[in-house]
Amino acid sequence: MRLSPKQSTLLVLAVLMIASPFFFPSNYYYRVGSLVFVNAIAVVGIVILTGYAGQISLGHAGFLGIGGYACALLPAHFGLPPALAVVAGAAISGAIAYVVGRPILKLKGYYLAVATLGFGVLVSMVLANEGWLTGGPDGIKVPDPGIRALLEQVGIELTNPQFWYAFCGLVLFIGAWLALNLRESPTGRALRALHGSEVAARTAGIDIAKAKLNAFVISAVYASVAGSLLALQNRLITPDVAGFMHSIELVTMAVLGGAGSVLGGIFGAALLTLLPQVLTVLQDYEHVVLGLVMMGVMIFLPAGLIPSARRLLRGRGE
Amino acid sequence: MKSIVTGALALALMATAATTTATTPALADIKIGAVVSETGPASSLGDPEAKTIRMMVEELNAKGGIKGEKAKLVLYDDGGDPSKAKTFATRLVEDDGVVAMVGGTTTGTSLAILAVAEESKVPFISLAGAIEIIDPVKPFTFKTPHTDRMACQKIFDDMKSRGLTKIGLISGTDGFGASMRTQCIAVAKTSGIEIVADETYGPKDADMTPQLTNIRNKSGIQAVLNTGFGQGPATITRNYAQLGITLPLYQSHGVASNAFIELSGAKNAEGVRLPGTALLVGELLDPKDPQKNVVLAYKASFEKAAGGAPVSTFGGYAHDAMRILTEALAKAPSAKPAAIRDAIEGTTGLVGTTGTYNYAKTDHLGLDLSAFRMLEISNGGWKLVK
Repeated sequence: MRLSPKQSTLLVLAVLMIASPFFFPSNYYYRVGSLVFVNAIAVVGIVILTGYAGQISLGHAGFLGIGGYACALLPAHFGLPPALAVVAGAAISGAIAYVVGRPILKLKGYYLAVATLGFGVLVSMVLANEGWLTGGPDGIKVPDPGIRALLEQVGIELTNPQFWYAFCGLVLFIGAWLALNLRESPTGRALRALHGSEVAARTAGIDIAKAKLNAFVISAVYASVAGSLLALQNRLITPDVAGFMHSIELVTMAVLGGAGSVLGGIFGAALLTLLPQVLTVLQDYEHVVLGLVMMGVMIFLPAGLIPSARRLLRGRGE
Repeated sequence: MKSIVTGALALALMATAATTTATTPALADIKIGAVVSETGPASSLGDPEAKTIRMMVEELNAKGGIKGEKAKLVLYDDGGDPSKAKTFATRLVEDDGVVAMVGGTTTGTSLAILAVAEESKVPFISLAGAIEIIDPVKPFTFKTPHTDRMACQKIFDDMKSRGLTKIGLISGTDGFGASMRTQCIAVAKTSGIEIVADETYGPKDADMTPQLTNIRNKSGIQAVLNTGFGQGPATITRNYAQLGITLPLYQSHGVASNAFIELSGAKNAEGVRLPGTALLVGELLDPKDPQKNVVLAYKASFEKAAGGAPVSTFGGYAHDAMRILTEALAKAPSAKPAAIRDAIEGTTGLVGTTGTYNYAKTDHLGLDLSAFRMLEISNGGWKLVK
């Protein structure tokens, strides 16, 4: 039986998620693993926006911030259970993306980059400065969602990092599956068409303004869910989450791994989350090595790691 | 294709495992963990902290270690990011197997680390100011810096002794400034100080004259208090002099350093008052002052180790934390985290650079107001206000 690319991607992902814990000597590895998944969820959103639709956003961390703060503020002020706050945060992010996206997605190239950057900076400034609501730069506590306690009642005992590894992994798997389905759907084809040529896409009858907005809203929801999961597992959220550097990091992860492919994005997220942990032995040279890795990939493998590797293998096989 | 990708990812994961286990040293050492913000926005605090911690572990080992065992330091730089701080704290506890942790340069990173410390029952001494770190008291979390609340009290006490009760407040919107602003507003209510103006500025703003003009124009105002650290307070001090405002100006303990006088200009800073630690005025202290020797010794060894860089209050916090920890390690019956925790809680009469620490079951800060000295800038130097 031959697997479709979608099935093989999901299979690789599932095998890695399940097999990796067998190599984990301590809880610390589960913690790093769950951070890989959280970043990967946000990056899958960027893959949809940048890889499929060819639009850039330098303000996506703003949506992470909205999702994260939703988990802190909605339970505190409206008594919403934290698990539901994730959904509410995603809805709020989607709504904000819709309102903001309508005017700014009319822009192209640099102008779009600057407009989204402005949005991200705005969100992080509001989070830092409106201390009466958000707790200011020191951040705010996030309640426990209580899912772990629930699992304990039915006899599944996990440590905190183990639980978040499993939970974030599950969410990432669903997110990747949805993104892969989207790719082959009419919406996904429309996005890829407008990536190729906006004029041609419009001639073929695609409402490009609507298609771009769809991609922007969907990717905002991914980022928001990632932000919520980060806030819930850290039990604390600070405005840094929404910071400009975090937005850049997310885009770098997507581009490094291969913005056009879901697996590439996940691989990029894994690489850039793991590298700083590995490089602590080099301490002072950490940033130099990170920079060199990025430059090397961009020069020699411009399509990103996974798509380039795939092309290389295919070229050899046929 | 699949197998290659799988292989690559598995390799990456195993490489992480391999490198981290490779750095694990011999088991006989007593391992102390540290997570500080050596780089990033809080590096002006975290850098002297990291230098101090490294220096003190070396000094400790040069003196023969703890009960004959060497101390081994594992220090990570969180870059000021609480999420990274949490990951590194997890790594220290789970992977490196440390018996105690020091660090948490900012309130955010401290809160992230203390969650790990409490969950895994490993003692943690925080270097951040906010009161919520130790209030309510958590069994495994201690801290060495004074709280913002105490700085506000000290300043307000001094104001009242000069008959100043109507003040203008100007605060930075960074973590330090915003947190101290909240505390001062709360303290003012109970200490008979009326805040008649409340202005803010961004930590990177280059000009604060509009805010200061607003404050000056409030009727009946008698003094101005600036909560903030970094460049903002220096800019304010300059603008204050440029506008010719003659009301007494108070700064926070966050700027208690010689760099602040240089940045503001000695002439502009003349007469500015701020609460500081004994560290800054070591030479001016009374010879009978118990802190005098401690402060001068730390100053000398730090300046030697750091290649002439001046001591700062923040390095002093790290010094005190390490002193408390090493004494606890020496006292504890075993190098088990729980025993060390009990020994830390039993710390009494320990003279540090910040003050004299007396921890108790209900007090994991251990300092009182006497730890702060009211300082006044005079002729480009410091003067103790009696």
